[in-house]
Amino acid sequence: MLDVAPLSFQDLILTLHDYWGKQGCAILQPYDMEMGAGTFHTATTLRALGPDPWNAAFVQPSRRPTDGRYGENPNRLGAYYQYQVILKPSPPDLQQLYLGSLKAIGIDPLLHDIRFVEDDWESPTLGAWGLGWEVWCDGMEVTQFTYFQQMGGFDCKPVSGELTYGLERLAMYIQNKDSIFDLVYNNATADRPAVTYGDIFRENERQMSTYHFEVADTDMLFDAFKKATAECESCLQHALPIPAYEQAIKASHIFNILQARGVISVQERASYMGRVRDLAKGSCQAWMAKNGWAA
Amino acid sequence: MDGKERMGSVTDFLLELRSEEIPARMQVKAKEDLARLFNDALAKAGLAAASVEAFATPRRLALIATGLPLATEAVSEETKGPKVGAPPQAMEGFLRKSGLTQDQLIERDGVYFAVVEKAGRQTADVLAEAIPAIIRAFPWPKSQRWGAASASTESLRWVRPLQGIIALLGDDVVPCEIDGIFSGAATMGHRFHHSGPITIGNAGDYVEKLREAYVLLHFSERCRIIRDGAEAAAKAAGLTLVADEGLVTENAGLTEWPVPMLGRFDPAFLEVPQEVIQLTARVNQKYFVCHDKAGKLANAFVCTANIEAHDNGAAIVAGNEKVLAARLSDAKFFWEQDLKVALDDQAQKLAQITFHEKLGSVADKVERVAKLARWLVEEGIVKDATADAAERAARLCKADLVTGMVGEFPELQGIMGGYYARAQGESDAVADAVRDHYKPVGQGDDVPTAPVTVAVSLADKLDTLAQFFAAGMPPTGSKDPFALRRAAIGLLSLLLQNDLRCSLKDMLGATGAGTSFDTLEEFLVDRLKVQQREAGVRHDLIDAVFSLGGEDDLVRLLARVKALQAYISTAEGANLLAAYKRAANILKAADAVDAAAPAPVDFVAEESLLLAALDTAEPQAAAAVDAEDFAGAMAALASLRAPIDAFFEGVMVNDPEPAKRAFRLGLLARFRNAVTQVADFSKIEG
Repeated sequence: MLDVAPLSFQDLILTLHDYWGKQGCAILQPYDMEMGAGTFHTATTLRALGPDPWNAAFVQPSRRPTDGRYGENPNRLGAYYQYQVILKPSPPDLQQLYLGSLKAIGIDPLLHDIRFVEDDWESPTLGAWGLGWEVWCDGMEVTQFTYFQQMGGFDCKPVSGELTYGLERLAMYIQNKDSIFDLVYNNATADRPAVTYGDIFRENERQMSTYHFEVADTDMLFDAFKKATAECESCLQHALPIPAYEQAIKASHIFNILQARGVISVQERASYMGRVRDLAKGSCQAWMAKNGWAA
Repeated sequence: MDGKERMGSVTDFLLELRSEEIPARMQVKAKEDLARLFNDALAKAGLAAASVEAFATPRRLALIATGLPLATEAVSEETKGPKVGAPPQAMEGFLRKSGLTQDQLIERDGVYFAVVEKAGRQTADVLAEAIPAIIRAFPWPKSQRWGAASASTESLRWVRPLQGIIALLGDDVVPCEIDGIFSGAATMGHRFHHSGPITIGNAGDYVEKLREAYVLLHFSERCRIIRDGAEAAAKAAGLTLVADEGLVTENAGLTEWPVPMLGRFDPAFLEVPQEVIQLTARVNQKYFVCHDKAGKLANAFVCTANIEAHDNGAAIVAGNEKVLAARLSDAKFFWEQDLKVALDDQAQKLAQITFHEKLGSVADKVERVAKLARWLVEEGIVKDATADAAERAARLCKADLVTGMVGEFPELQGIMGGYYARAQGESDAVADAVRDHYKPVGQGDDVPTAPVTVAVSLADKLDTLAQFFAAGMPPTGSKDPFALRRAAIGLLSLLLQNDLRCSLKDMLGATGAGTSFDTLEEFLVDRLKVQQREAGVRHDLIDAVFSLGGEDDLVRLLARVKALQAYISTAEGANLLAAYKRAANILKAADAVDAAAPAPVDFVAEESLLLAALDTAEPQAAAAVDAEDFAGAMAALASLRAPIDAFFEGVMVNDPEPAKRAFRLGLLARFRNAVTQVADFSKIEG
């Protein structure tokens, strides 16, 4: 399929770092908290607000407790890695830049069917929405491509372009593997063999699935949710948007575990998400105020 | 018109609005909107094209107008002004408005006219103004801002970033600009099959130049290629394509150069219910599915690529097969896991799911629905079902909500429960009821008729409505978070379609949700009006029957309304209504009315005729209503029409003599009361 040896998982990341670094992005490190998606990183959420230009790229470990499958499903993980790029304002050639990154990681658009399929992005917990696409490669969604219109309930002025690559899916594609766990993670040398994604993460998947689905103490979590919301509000009273936002992220993750434990009904779900949204919106509002930006 | 043709100065116009990928579902309407807005703009300027054709692909919206005049015709516009000798203020006002002086006005038949000669305008100028206006006014269902300009929320909005405009009148660019995008003659071809800009000469070479650049502009051509290609691909594999025009259109909106290709999946996945396979193939992947010779779902699909790949699509098919296999293996995993757990055990878990914080868990709801379903059968409201089957189905009906498959594909709720119920040996009646108890979902959906299904579906909806209303959470304005309007329509359809006879009060009372349901009853009657509007049933007539009170058997209510409507729309009915309104108005103005006022000695023929008619019609109408013979009740009322008309014709109600007046008012009151046995005519409009 490819003329050269396919990229290992880590080289896929390094190649994207190299590519977006050359486009003037600041290559950041992951945010050091549990979160459901790269969009929650302050480099996206808070930086999407206000007038200042901002260009960054980073890997964000993303936790989706409900997607855990005890390491048994070849296509599903409860924790995975997103590669996130944010460019503000969105450049006029963003699609071309994106397609350039696909070429850089070895995808030939005359051999593979690359498509931009409508997918309006909305994060009810962030009070954010945007228009864009999911990018398909031979029918597989490999990237979410979004023009942010609102964040935390505020209009984005100017609009950021956000790209979120699903790293495992892309790697499975490039390496032609049928299971995430068979992905080659690093590059072997004569005396040091390569390890697979499964070697590194399968046990995490098993244990975390058991924890999220069977063990997590729901009373403790409900309590922790309350405490995080209270702490967020306290930070907001002290005009500290960043720590307030961290508590919102925490509440959001706790809510996700409660969902995985199956103790939140459809009706309650909306109300919990509403509470997280209020915290995120409050944090964004405080961030705007701190910077002296008008809505 | 003649003038234009004589001058022979017509030409063609090309407009292309090139953008990033337009959502497939929006393209057909966008095409129509563009043509409409363009035609409107022409008409406003006094222009018309011989033909206008619009095109839509993922990356462009375009339009070709032929036979467009190069200029609009000169017109002289005449405006009527004040009369000669009108007050000076009127003249001043008119002069100010028309921008003329009095000596420039023309006088004709004692009236001043302002005549303004409007020179013809160049069509290019008209278009240069119209194009930005069309872009700004374009009715996209959703639009966005982008780029540096979006620092202002007033910046241009389009469905996705707008990248270029071609505007060519004949061979010339119509110069215009919108938010920094200037019109020109250049476009781009297929995203991957053609690089660099393409310069278009005029409308005549647009379609062909783009075809050379791997862009098929005609939506219908792309549809045909997908339809025929998909059918051919299936046929070549000895299969039949499951036709799906929705998918054809969607794929045509996702491709500029469609290439349908057949792929396969592991036949082991066919154990999974076919709804699941179809859903994931169609909704998630936009693939067609195929049937084998026996008419069963085959292990094949057709995907539509947007390129002619250099390996003839081998890598694309392999990739798509892998994606579908991943999705199906997920589905198969859920199917197998779910089959290991009895639905009764799944139902236990519903106790941990809150239905609504004020209304308990889903298990609580199931308990209520089970009792209600049983009651509906035991009361004979739903016939031909056993109470045990209804209760059993109700107890199982929500159990699939906690299965893995429904967690993954929420739209398969009910359907999966039906499969799991059958797999564990439930009777067909119970399994069908589990499967179909959500139906009807909104207007137009199939309404269940199988008795056990009807009992469970009705009980479910009654419970939802009664509980939310009793807890003080009715829909307000546009907010209906618990889909109560849909539940109400479902409830009404079930009652009416199955001819279920019961007082609404009794049914709502049986839910145990409360004691008074006045608000809910009114809400249901409102929904009935909405639901019946399409069938042509008048809302005021529903009010006229409902407001009598006591009529809350909706099947009977509707029968009564229909009889009333049939009668009211005859000339005789209309006359009776007019007589009723006249009587009601007279009675409203009277101080005291006694329907039993004694007859004066010298009463006239019109009075005695009406009296006799009332004596006959009153009991007839009452008996007919009791016997639910509403046409009969109307006929009884009809017998009053001639006597009441004659009465109004022949006597003066408000006679100066008190005894006469009292008797006549009494007759009118009896007439009004007789009519009101059938319906409250005061609610009838017109």
